[in-house]
Order: sequence, then structure tokens, then C-alpha cells
Amino acid sequence: MSTENEANHNGDGAEAPENLPDRRGSERLAAPVVRTGMFGTTTTGDTSGYGGLRVRGSAPAASSRPFTDPEDPRTADFDRVADDLEAALGEGAGAVERIVVDRGEITFHVRRDALVEVARALRDDPALRYELCTGVSGVHFPDDTDRELHAVYHFRSITHNSQIRVETTCPDADPHVPSIVSVYPTNDWHERETWDFFGIVFDGHPGLTRIQMPDDWHGHPQRKDYPLGGIPVEYRGATVPPPDERRSYK
Amino acid sequence: MTVTEDYIDASGGDWDEVIERAQATSAERLVVNMGPQHPSTHGVLRLILTLDGETCTEARVGIGYLHTGIEKNMEYRTWTQGTTFVTRMDYLTPLFNETAYCLAVERLLDVSDRIPERANVIRVLVMELNRMASHFVAMATFGMELGATTVMTNGFREREMILDILELITGLRMNHAYVRPGGVAQDLPPGVVGKIRELLKEMPKRIATMRKLLDENPVYLARTRDVAYLNLPGCMALGVTGPLLRASGLAWDLRKAKPYCGYEDYEFDIPVSDGGDVYARYRVRMAEMTESLKIVEQCLDKLRPGPVMIEDAKIGWPAKLALGPDGMGNSPDHIAHIMSGSMEALIHHFKLVTEGFRVPAGQAYAAVESAKGELGCHAVSDGGTRPYRVHFRDPSFTHLQAVAAMCEGGTVADVIAAVASIDPVMGGVDR
Repeated sequence: MSTENEANHNGDGAEAPENLPDRRGSERLAAPVVRTGMFGTTTTGDTSGYGGLRVRGSAPAASSRPFTDPEDPRTADFDRVADDLEAALGEGAGAVERIVVDRGEITFHVRRDALVEVARALRDDPALRYELCTGVSGVHFPDDTDRELHAVYHFRSITHNSQIRVETTCPDADPHVPSIVSVYPTNDWHERETWDFFGIVFDGHPGLTRIQMPDDWHGHPQRKDYPLGGIPVEYRGATVPPPDERRSYK
Repeated sequence: MTVTEDYIDASGGDWDEVIERAQATSAERLVVNMGPQHPSTHGVLRLILTLDGETCTEARVGIGYLHTGIEKNMEYRTWTQGTTFVTRMDYLTPLFNETAYCLAVERLLDVSDRIPERANVIRVLVMELNRMASHFVAMATFGMELGATTVMTNGFREREMILDILELITGLRMNHAYVRPGGVAQDLPPGVVGKIRELLKEMPKRIATMRKLLDENPVYLARTRDVAYLNLPGCMALGVTGPLLRASGLAWDLRKAKPYCGYEDYEFDIPVSDGGDVYARYRVRMAEMTESLKIVEQCLDKLRPGPVMIEDAKIGWPAKLALGPDGMGNSPDHIAHIMSGSMEALIHHFKLVTEGFRVPAGQAYAAVESAKGELGCHAVSDGGTRPYRVHFRDPSFTHLQAVAAMCEGGTVADVIAAVASIDPVMGGVDR
């Protein structure tokens, strides 16, 4: 044990104020964390070599032309879509920060202030005609500084039988993304859901209220800094901790 | 209860009191909460209706009463365990949920091309059986809500025949967790092909019976014709897909447009109607069941012996399941192998089951044509053994937004028909 603790206890009796539960509790909470997890592994704890043999790179940060890979039929129209979107945006082509082609899917990373313009171009331009928006999905990356909250949209063109993804980000400190309900009315509930679970404020939404959680709920449950919760389960004297506190592989 | 000059908000309470207050003022509009426990609202759906006499002037939908945090929970389990969660979302289309999820995971793993042929045929087979079962419930609850209990009992009886087969294949009537990343949990049991052939023989008669009950039924026609009309631009704007979209005249079906699981190899038609009303949706669903029977029959012809799980020991679970005296479990051969044959096999089994497999970082979107419409799964991985984020675009969730467009201006009785024709399942809406 640390010598500091011994120093604190030096000469004190069992009833000394230092030993009262609230005092001890706050001291324990203030102590720095030296290890986490039930068995204190900092790696996977893997000794078989099974999990660690292959190190995979992270997802590509940006792709460059050509986006169409002749070997992969899923990417057949990506170059055409990228050209058409650039043409449709005209002056505002800088709205698209980067384009990622990964696993046969194309993602347009769009500046948030240009989102509505991009959505309108996607819907109205005859060469694009993405009639259907299948909603918005939030993703929270606490380590992606100043881009913590991502809003991911999927668009589907029935005319051209094509599918694309548009992604935009906003920082935790300023969680605002323009609403595209005025372009795609179907996003009404989807944006409410993403507000409810991630706290992204969709500016211009006709009525941004919680949709799944109760109206008076505090916090946004699907953010990574929101604990899963749950209570320890006791069975025949033994206790199973809630899922997010159990030993787990990272 | 709120009473203003214009309206009375009757949010629960004593009806005598509501009537008394209503008579005391000159207000003519009444705001009524239908649900969340009303038997004709498909589970815990809450409709907030503003009524002017019998006319529904405003219809709003309140959801969230069945929110169970499935998407959040999945982030704390392995990718394989996710199947057990998603199957419980829309509990009438469990196999579609599982397949959409597994297709997304397989795309993230980049193994979509390596799924065995037999696994794909089985997936199509169980999905089409599931489509029929879901449509039967849609018809059955529909009938019940309009007061036709025979339709209800017939629909559930027919569905039970299908559930018997799904139980034989997966072990469970619902919540199967049968489709797994990489393939399916186990091969078809012996004797199931014969059972399905019997079903194929019997089912057309049952469908015909139901059509005889409803197709020309004057009461049914009166309740469904020109009710809850939604045209094609309305469907597009509101993101409506599936039977509702096809009942508005657009032959859009992901099985044809973006085939998955080998749907391009099957011969079937997309039933379309241009009615855009409740009756058209009914006709489309009935016709889809007949098409599903055709696909199921082709599945049986396509079944060839072979593996049902990907031949990649890092993804597919090593255990083969077998029926023992105490129920389904790991096969005795496998137990003998890992417990006394190979230490490495034991380690491998243990690691794969407890830790799970790693999925390379990135994101993927996979969509299937579920019985209700486009069911999409957006899966994000950070390279770990558990999903970083999984989001489902549930068709029922999207379609419920159309309630206002379908119901406002109609009578309160038509609200029931409108909601029934959307066929929402709150487990999927709220997740």
C-alpha cells in the first residue's frame, strides 16, 4: 500500500474522521486509476496469438480518382455520380471535403453548412435523382476532436438504381447540423431520433423533440460517454456486474 | 384534461367528466388519445387524434413505448451475439432483421462473395417463409380490427403452419437468431424438405380461402376502397417502401433492384397495384404471398449439399450443433475433439466464442426487402470485436410518419384501417 495512506493514518484511531465512510469514499474516488477491468489486462490478454496475429489498417481516410474499379461491379457508377454531383453543385463544389470508396460503397464527406444544398442537388438534379433518403444515423467518435458527432445519410436513386452515403460532422461543443426535412420530409422522425440519442441539433427541423426516450430524459443515451447502465444481478450469492462493467475484450 | 375555446384535450381520465366539460363549453373539437394500449393499434402505438365530430382533422403519432435500447446494447456484445438482439426488433420479421444485419457485417468483413451457396439458399428460403408469416399476421390483425374475426383466426392458423416449419429449421417459432455472420447457425434438419413440400401443396388453398373471404366482400370493400389514399409522390417524399409503395404503382423491390443472397437467380414477379388505398395494399400483400411460394419452391430445387457456414475458421464457429438427449447442443464429436483431441482446437473455440472475431474498421450499409419495406442496417466498426455502432432503418418507423397524410380529413373509423394497412410492428419502430 502507498506510504501516503499510512502517513494519513499515522496515529489516528478507528473512529477518526478520516475513517468515516463518506471521507473514505471520496478519497477512493479521488485516487488515480492504475488499472481497469477485472483482470487488469491492458492488451487483449491474448496469449494464444489468435487475436493479435493480423493487424489491420483503419478505414481509408480519402480515396482518389478513379472511384470506379473495373474489377468491382458495385463501384460501376461511382465516377459518374461524383462527376454529376460536382457539376450539379457548380460553384459550391467545395462543399464535398473528401470522397471515400470502401467495400463497394461511396461516401461523400460534406461540410455541414452545405448539407442542404447537397441534398437538394441530389434530389433535384436530373442526372442524380436520389428520390429516397433512408434516414440519418448518428455516430459518436469522442476521440475525433472537433468532429465528434457524425451524421450519416444514405440516399437511394430509383431512377438510376444507385446508392450513396453522405456524411457530415459537428463538434461536441457546437452540435448543430442543418435539417434536410425541407428537402426530404421522411427525415422528420429520423432526425428526431438522432437528436434524441446523440444530441445533434438539426437546425430548421419543424419540431425537434425527443421521440423514443421520455420527454424529460436527461442526456443522449447512444453517445459513447453515456454508460449502458444496468444493475448487478445476484444469483445464489454470486453477483454478475452489469454488462459494461464486466471483463471484456477491447 | 385541458379545455380551451377551441378544443378539449381528453388525455385519459373519466369519460363522464370529459363529456360534462365538453357540454359546458362551445368547443367542438376533441383531442383523443388512441392508445398506447388500444387493442387495435398494433401494440403500444399512441395516436393523438383531433376530432371534429366523426372527422379526424389532425392525426399525430406518439412512439417510444417499446424502446428497449437494442442498438446501444449491441455495442457491448460480440458481432455474432448481435444477431440475438436484432431478431427481437420487428418480431414478425426476425429473419429479415438477422439477414440485413449479417449482410452488413459480411460487407464490413469483405466476405460477401464467400458465403456458401447453400447458406444463401437457406436464407432466401427462411426469409420468404417469414414474408408469408408476416403478411398473414398483417391480414389477420387487419381483419380483426375491422371486426372480421374469422379472418383473424384463419390468418393466425395459416401462419402457425409456417411457424411450425421455421421451428423445425431453427428451433424457435420467433426470435430465431438463425442467420449468423458468415452463414446460418445450422443446416436444415432431416425431413424438412418434405414438410415444406406439404406446405407448398396446402398453402395455395389457404390463400385462396382468404381471398374468397375478402376480395369481393362488400363490407371489406366499403371499409378499404379509397381509404387512406397515398399516391406515389407522397410515398417518395415520406420514404415509404415495400407493399405500400407497390400499392401506389411503383414496381420497386430491392430483391430485383439490388439483389442480395442470390435473388437474381430466382424467378418471381413483383405484384403492383395503382390503387394507392388500403384495398390495393391488401391485394399486393396477398399476391406477394403467392410469389413467395414460387420462390420457396425454387429454393428447394436449388438446395445442394454443402457447408452452411463460411469456410473461414476465424469467422465461422467451429461447433457443429447436434440434437442430444438433453436438447440441442454442441455435437459429441466436437466436444470429444476439443476436450481430448486438440488443445489448439479448444483454445480456438474458446477465443472465437468468448472474444469473437475482429471486424476491420469502417462502415457499411446493407438493405433487404423485408415484408414491410426497405430494412437497412448501418454498421460501423472501429476494428474491434464488438460493433461500434449499429443503426437500423426500420420500415415501420418510417411508414408511421405517413399516418397524418393518410388519415387527416377521413373518419375516425378509417384511421384504424389506415394504421392496419401500414402494418407497423412497434418492436421494430422503437427498437
